[in-house]
Amino acid sequence: MKTLVIAEHDNGALKPETSKTINAASKLGFDIDVLIAGLNIGAMSEQVAGIEGVTTVLTADNALYQHQLAENMAELVLAIADNYTHIVASATTTGKNFMPRVAALLDVAQVSEIIEVIDSDTFKRPIYAGNAIATVKSLDSKKVITVRASSFDLQNQQSPASINALDTLSDTQLSDFVSVEQTESERPELTAAEVVISGGRGMQNGENFALLNGIADKLGAAIGASRAAVDAGFVPNDMQVGQTGKIVAPNLYIAVGISGAIQHLAGMKDSKVIVAINKDPDAPIFQVADYGLVADLFEVLPQLENAL
Amino acid sequence: MKVLVPIKRVIDYNVKARVKADNSDVDLANVKMAMNPFCEIAIEEAIRLKEAGTATEVIAVTIGAKAAQEQLRTALALGADKAIHIETDEKLESLHIAKLLAKLVEQEAPELVILGKQSIDSDNNQTGQMLAALTKRGQGTFASKVDINANTVNVTREVDGGLQTVALKLPAIVTTDLRLNEPRYASLPNIMKAKRKPLDVIAADSLGVDLTPRVQLMKVEEPAKRSGGIIVEDVAQLVEKLKTEAKVI
Repeated sequence: MKTLVIAEHDNGALKPETSKTINAASKLGFDIDVLIAGLNIGAMSEQVAGIEGVTTVLTADNALYQHQLAENMAELVLAIADNYTHIVASATTTGKNFMPRVAALLDVAQVSEIIEVIDSDTFKRPIYAGNAIATVKSLDSKKVITVRASSFDLQNQQSPASINALDTLSDTQLSDFVSVEQTESERPELTAAEVVISGGRGMQNGENFALLNGIADKLGAAIGASRAAVDAGFVPNDMQVGQTGKIVAPNLYIAVGISGAIQHLAGMKDSKVIVAINKDPDAPIFQVADYGLVADLFEVLPQLENAL
Repeated sequence: MKVLVPIKRVIDYNVKARVKADNSDVDLANVKMAMNPFCEIAIEEAIRLKEAGTATEVIAVTIGAKAAQEQLRTALALGADKAIHIETDEKLESLHIAKLLAKLVEQEAPELVILGKQSIDSDNNQTGQMLAALTKRGQGTFASKVDINANTVNVTREVDGGLQTVALKLPAIVTTDLRLNEPRYASLPNIMKAKRKPLDVIAADSLGVDLTPRVQLMKVEEPAKRSGGIIVEDVAQLVEKLKTEAKVI
C-alpha cells in the first residue's frame, strides 16, 4: 500500500494546497511519494521534499508539463500508477481537470473533494452544495481521490526526502496551450488568505467593490464575491466563493451585502470567525455569522476602514 | 458538425436538499426536479452554435429513470433536434455514465460533446473528463468561451487565478462554467413543438457496459450546524469584539 500525491503549483510557486493534500494523504497511513510536474521546478521540488511525511519526490521537469494540461498530466500519472494504491490531488481547477481522466484510464471511480479520511477506503465528502455530507466507501482496488484542501491542516517540515527525476514523457498531442490571463492582484489568493472579505449583490455594482479595498489592505485580506455578484457581472468568476466557485476557510470571513444563499454558505461556512454586514435583519447569512451588523454597507464600510 | 449534449435531471437548484431520517440518502420524494443548471448552459451553447451555422445537429441525451424524459423535452423545447434516453433505474456513478456516453459517442460520432462541469446533486465534477479519457479526446473543462475553428476548438477555461485558453483537436469534449452564456427560456410554441420531436429510448443494459457499483454510499448526514452568534450595535463594537473576543485581527 503506497500513496502518490500530485503537487499543486502555478509553475512559479508551490501552492499551500500541496501541503494540505499531503496532510490528508498522511491520514491514509501509507508511505507517500509526491509527483511534481512542470517546467523548471527544481526549487519547488526541494520545497516538497521538506514537507513532513514525504518519502520520495518524483519530478517531471519538461515543457510538456509547463501548463499541466490534463491530457498529458493524465498519461504521466498513468505511467507510474502501478506503484500506488492511492492517487491523491487537491481539488483545485488543475486537480479537478486531470484526476477524473486518470481515474477513467485506470477504470476506477474517483472520490471527489473529500473533507475527512475515515480509513483508507472510506471518506466524507459534501454533496448537494454542502447541504449533506456523504460517507462513501471506495470498492476499487486503486483509489483516485481529490481533496478539499481547506478541510485539512498544513504539514510540518522535515529533513529533505530524496528527489528522483522521472524520464517518462508522453505527448498525446490532443491539446495545446494558447494563453493565460492571470488576474493581477497584490492580494493573497482567496484559498490561501487568512482573512477574506466578500461582496454580494448588495454592493450594487462593480465599482463599489473598491469600498472593500481599503479594508482588505489593512487586514491583508483577499477579496471574494458571491455568485449573485458574479452573475450580475460586478466581478469576474474567479472571485466567486461558493459551491461552484472557491471553497475558503480563513480565520476571518467578512460577508458584505451577501444574503447567504445555500450555495455561498457551502463555500465559506468552515471559516473560523464569520462577520456579516447586511441591512436585511432576516438575511440567512446572520444564522451562520458569529458577529452580525445590521446596517447599510455604504455607511459602515468607510467606518470599518477607519476603525482598523 | 454534430453536437451531443448530455444532461442530468437533478433537484431544482432553489430547493434545499434534506437528509432522510434514516441517514440513507437525501430525500427526493415529492421534491421539484429540474435540468442541472450547468447542463442548461451546455444546451444553450450547442443551440447558439447551431444558430451561428457551426453546428448542424444538436442531440440531447440523458441517462436515468423514465422521469428524466421531462428534461429531454425541455432540451428539445430549447432547440435540440432530437433526444436520446438511455433508460435505467439504477443509481449510476460518473464512470458508468461516462462509459455509456462513450458508447453513444461511438454510434453518433459527434465532433463536439458539451456537458455541464458538475451536477448540483453529487457535485462530482468528473463525467466530462472521464468521457474525454475513454474516447481519447482532448478536454476543455470549465469553459467560459468556446471558439470553433476548422480542425480545432479554442476553449477559454476558468482556472484558479485567471483564465487559460487551450486549443483542442476536434473531435473534443467541453464542460461548461457559469459565465459561458445565459440560458434562454423555452417559449410556449417551442414547448408544444418539442412534443413532436424524436426521442429514442435505449435500455442502459443493452450497451454492454459493466454497471457494478464502485463506490458504496454508507451514510448521509446533515452538515454540522454553526450556531448563530450575536448582533453587534455598531462598527466600534464589531472591531472591539474581533480584537478582544475572537482575536482574529
